[in-house]
Amino acid sequence: MTDWAPMPSLLAPITTVHPAPVDQVALVERLRLTLVSAGQFLLFVPALVLFVLTVVAVPTGPAGVGFVLAAGVVPATALLASWHRRLAGGLLGEPVPAGYADTAGRGLLGRPLVWLRDGNRWRDVGFLAYSTTGGAILSALPPLLLLTPVVHLAGLLIDPGRVWALTFGLSLVCPLVWWLVTPPLVRARTLADRAILGHSLVAQLERRVAQVAATRTEALDANAAEVRRIERDLHDGAQARIAAVGMNVGLAEKLIASDPAAAAELLREARETTVSALEDLRSVVRGIHPPVLADRGLPGAVEALALSIPLPVTLALDVPESLPAPVESAAYFAVAECLANTVKHAAASRAWVSGAHQDERLRLVVGDDGVGGADPAGSGLAGVARRLAAFDGSMTVSSPAGGPTVVTLEVPCPTTPTSPGSAPS
Amino acid sequence: MPDDPDVPGLRAVVAEDQALLRVGLTRILEAGDITVIEAVDDAPSLDRALARPDVDVAIVDVRMPPTHTTEGLRSAVAARAARPGLPVLVLSQYVEPLYARDLLAGGTGAVGYLLKDRVADVDVFLAAVRQVAAGGTVLDPEVVAGLVSGSGRHRPLQRLTPREREVLELMAQGRSNAAIAERLVVTEKAVGKHIGNILTKLDLPPAGDDNRRVLAVLAWLDGEG
Repeated sequence: MTDWAPMPSLLAPITTVHPAPVDQVALVERLRLTLVSAGQFLLFVPALVLFVLTVVAVPTGPAGVGFVLAAGVVPATALLASWHRRLAGGLLGEPVPAGYADTAGRGLLGRPLVWLRDGNRWRDVGFLAYSTTGGAILSALPPLLLLTPVVHLAGLLIDPGRVWALTFGLSLVCPLVWWLVTPPLVRARTLADRAILGHSLVAQLERRVAQVAATRTEALDANAAEVRRIERDLHDGAQARIAAVGMNVGLAEKLIASDPAAAAELLREARETTVSALEDLRSVVRGIHPPVLADRGLPGAVEALALSIPLPVTLALDVPESLPAPVESAAYFAVAECLANTVKHAAASRAWVSGAHQDERLRLVVGDDGVGGADPAGSGLAGVARRLAAFDGSMTVSSPAGGPTVVTLEVPCPTTPTSPGSAPS
Repeated sequence: MPDDPDVPGLRAVVAEDQALLRVGLTRILEAGDITVIEAVDDAPSLDRALARPDVDVAIVDVRMPPTHTTEGLRSAVAARAARPGLPVLVLSQYVEPLYARDLLAGGTGAVGYLLKDRVADVDVFLAAVRQVAAGGTVLDPEVVAGLVSGSGRHRPLQRLTPREREVLELMAQGRSNAAIAERLVVTEKAVGKHIGNILTKLDLPPAGDDNRRVLAVLAWLDGEG
C-alpha cells in the first residue's frame, strides 16, 4: 500500500487548528483537509459492506459459510484499515502502527481461528462500525459545510425566488463555520482513528514474547527428542553390533583349537558386523550433521539428497553456499523430511526442490506430482514446522487429495553468515 | 577355565531384544554346556519365562521392548520377589550403580550385573553365569568402582589405602581370596590381612564366606549411598 497516495502532499501533517491567519496558505490547507475528509467519509461505503458481511460471517462461522466469508472479509477489512491508518498517520505526522497476530504457517482453516482470538481484528470490526456512523459524520461535515452555499447558489440560479435567496443568504455562514471547524474536525477524526487502529507496541511485544517463549519450548522439546533418538540409534545400532562382534570373537577364541572351521565362520560374521556397525555410525552422524552439508553447504547437500532418493528430482536452487549454520541445518532436515515423505507416501513419479535467498529470507519449495493428502499435523511435518518456528520460520503445506503436494518453507536468514561449520575430518 | 563339573546341565533363560546379541549369547552359553531353554525378546515373554520352575539362571538385558527403558531389570526384580534367590545375571550396555542397588536390595545373592562388553571374554562370562547360578554375586568392575569411589559421602572409604580399595573392588566383584591374590600378585595370606583391615575400618563383622562378605560390603555401600 506504499504507492496508494496519489499526491503525497495531501497527507502532510495538519499545520494548525487556529482560525488565524486568514491567507492563501491557510485556505489551501483547509481545502486539502476538506478533500482528505471527503475521502475518509466516502470510505464508509466499503466499511458498511464489510461490517454487514462480518456480522453475517461470525454466527455462520461454525457452519462453514462464515469461514469462507472471513477469508475474504478479514483481509479486506485489514486493507481498508491500512488506508485509514495511512491517512491518519500522514495527518498526524507519525505512523500509526499495525500489529495483528501472526498467521504465518497457518492453513486456510487455521487462520480464522487466529483472527477470532486476535483483539486487534475485533478492533477493526469496531472501526468499521465507527467509520460508518460517528466517524462518517465527523468527516462529512467539512465538505458539506463547504458545499452548502454552492448548492444553494445553484438552486437560486436554476429557480430564482425568495426561498432560495433566503437559504443561500443563510448558507453564507457555512464557509465561516467551515473555516473555523475543519482543522479541529479532521484532527478529531484522525485522533479517533489512531485510537482505534493504532495497535499498542507493548501488546505487540507481549505477543511476540509469548510466541518466542512457545517456539523456544518447542525447540527445546524437539532438541531433547532428537538427543533421545540419537541415544536410541547408537544403543540399538553401533553399540549392539560392536558388542556382538565382541561375543563372536570371544567365542571364536574359545573354539579356535577345537573347531577351527566354526571359529573362522564366527570371525567372518564378526567382520561383517563391524561393517554394519560403521554403517550405523555413519547414518547416526548423517542424522546429526551430514558431512556433505559441512562440505558443500545447503545447495550441495540438497543435491546429494536428491541423488540419494529413488525419484528424479529437479533442482532450482539459488542459495548461497554459506548460510548461518543453524538455519542451514534446519532447512536441510526440512527438505530431507519432505523428500522422505514424498518417497514414502506420495507415490510420485517426480519431485522438485526450488530455493531462493531474498530480502534476508530463505525460501524453499519442495513439491511432487504424487497423490497428495499430506498431513501438516503428522509427526514428520509437524516436527519440521516446530524446527523452523524456532527461527521464526514457517511451513505451508498444500496437498489436496489427488495431489500435487507443495510444501513451502520460509526462514528469516541474514546474509552475513555466523560461524561456518567446523571442517570435517 | 574348564567347564565346572559341579554344576552340570544348567538351564538358562536369555532375554535380549537385539537378535544379533540374543543369538551370540545363546551360542556362547551353549558352547559352555548351558542349555538355553528359552530366548525371549520382550518383557511380557520374559515374565512368562521366569515363572518356569525349571529355570536355573536368567541372563537378562536391562532395556527391552515395549518401553525400552528398564523393563528387563524390573522383570528380574519382580521374579526374584516371587521366587527369592532366583539367579539372575543382568546385562547392559551401560552400568548404573542405582540399578545394582535395586538388584541387590533383596540381599539373597545369586545376582550379577555386567556390561555386555564382558560377554566377549567368554570363559570369564561363563564362570560368572555359573557363579550367579550357584548363588554368588558378580558385579561389573565399573559398577563396583562407581560404588566404591562414588562420592565423598563414603567417609570411611577415605581411610582405606589404595591397595585396600583395590581389594575391596575385587571382593565386590565376587572374587575369592585366591583369585584376588592371583590378580594382585600377592599371597592369599596378604589378601586375608587386607580384608581384615577393610572390615575393621568399615566396622563390619569378620565373615568367612565370600558371598556373605560381598553382600556385607555392598549392603554397607548401599546404606551409605
